[in-house]
Amino acid sequence: MSLSREQIAMRVAQEFGDGHYINLGIGIPTLAANYVASDIEVMLQSENGLLGMGPYPSEAQVDADMINAGKETVTAATGASIFSSAESFAMIRGGHVDLTVLGAFEVDCRGNIASWMIPGKLIKGMGGAMDLVAGAQNIIVTMTHADKHGNSKLLEQCTLPLTGVNCINKIITDLAVLEVKDGAFHLIERAPGVSVAEIQSKTAGKLVIGDNVSEMMF
Amino acid sequence: MAGFNKVVESYEAAMAGLQDDMTVIAGGFGLCGIPEGLIAQIKKMSTKGLTVVSNNCGVDGFGLGLLLEDKQISKMVSSYVGENALFEQQLLNGELEVELTPQGTLAEKMRAGGAGIPAFYTATGFGTPVGEGKEARKFNGRDYILEESITGDFAIVKAYKADRYGNCIYRHTAQNFNPMAATAGKITVLEVEEIVEPGELSPSEIHTPGIYVDRIIVGQFEKRIERKILSSASSNQ
Repeated sequence: MSLSREQIAMRVAQEFGDGHYINLGIGIPTLAANYVASDIEVMLQSENGLLGMGPYPSEAQVDADMINAGKETVTAATGASIFSSAESFAMIRGGHVDLTVLGAFEVDCRGNIASWMIPGKLIKGMGGAMDLVAGAQNIIVTMTHADKHGNSKLLEQCTLPLTGVNCINKIITDLAVLEVKDGAFHLIERAPGVSVAEIQSKTAGKLVIGDNVSEMMF
Repeated sequence: MAGFNKVVESYEAAMAGLQDDMTVIAGGFGLCGIPEGLIAQIKKMSTKGLTVVSNNCGVDGFGLGLLLEDKQISKMVSSYVGENALFEQQLLNGELEVELTPQGTLAEKMRAGGAGIPAFYTATGFGTPVGEGKEARKFNGRDYILEESITGDFAIVKAYKADRYGNCIYRHTAQNFNPMAATAGKITVLEVEEIVEPGELSPSEIHTPGIYVDRIIVGQFEKRIERKILSSASSNQ
């Protein structure tokens, strides 16, 4: 069975290390904040200028001056700091954020990512995604392995305009966990009940299958 | 009184000198921390042909979206413009030009502009459509593109509290692009929630020193929330 959005988020949260500063993109990456292991402490960065993002507010806590990068109401966690957009992107571009997790339309086996623009459709903008992929130490992409027509999103070469080049380290899909290195996708884990053959058939780019592809543990 | 009393009493005085075809840099992130009254004044003045530099362009009927209603903006420099049907329509009609700029590059363009730095190298956008036509250079084995800084004829800024010198502080994430915008205007106008007596703000807590600020006006703010999301515990009640 392919993973649900929540299960992908749970698997993403397993990548969080104790003491990490992490930026989570909109969608599945943000859900991962709900599954941080109880024995570690992480600090979430929101690129509009908040380090130490807390949970959504209660009705009484709602404050129009307190939002996250998705323009949602939010709270500040204990130990948080708030700063300008320039300061926020200084931490991102300066390589101080340990981990960025974001969604994508396509990733290729050289670690290129396309996530912001589909020619012919209205272009809304890249927001902070280009800065994040150019700046973070470790970048994980979450997405479905194939689109709704069954076309692979893990390609030999991205077809859409890029967000960043040679920057993606790991991909967590509804079917598998893969590392990107040496010009290939390396299959590390498969979702419970998903066969290596299915992953192979839905991966268009070069796929290296190791001897010990383990099943994801939750 | 002039000197270091930068407080003006009317929005007309706050935006005096704004003319057609000028560049206006606006603070704010979405609808958070936007100079609502100064935007309303620009609408009232019917100034046309404006280049507006701001992370977003408001929403239909609020924030910078108001300036689209009478086609006052000819060009937007933004990182994300997705919340606005009128924007979309004017863009598709060719009435509006948009220069999409990565969010961190946009912040740095304002910061550099205000600091007298004409351009800077960044890895952001290399190898993407953003990097096309821009000078590229390798430093320590990594590729960077040259991005030019931005200054404006006006900067419109939302702050929380200011004194008459223009020293000001921002509140929570309403800070966002406001401090950089404040440095990058030939004329920088602050719209604030409250004017405080000089000395009431500690010198070490000032976010934007008054040297960057030309005019200050006290505003009334609606502070519209774009996406009100409550914790699941409270929304289940």
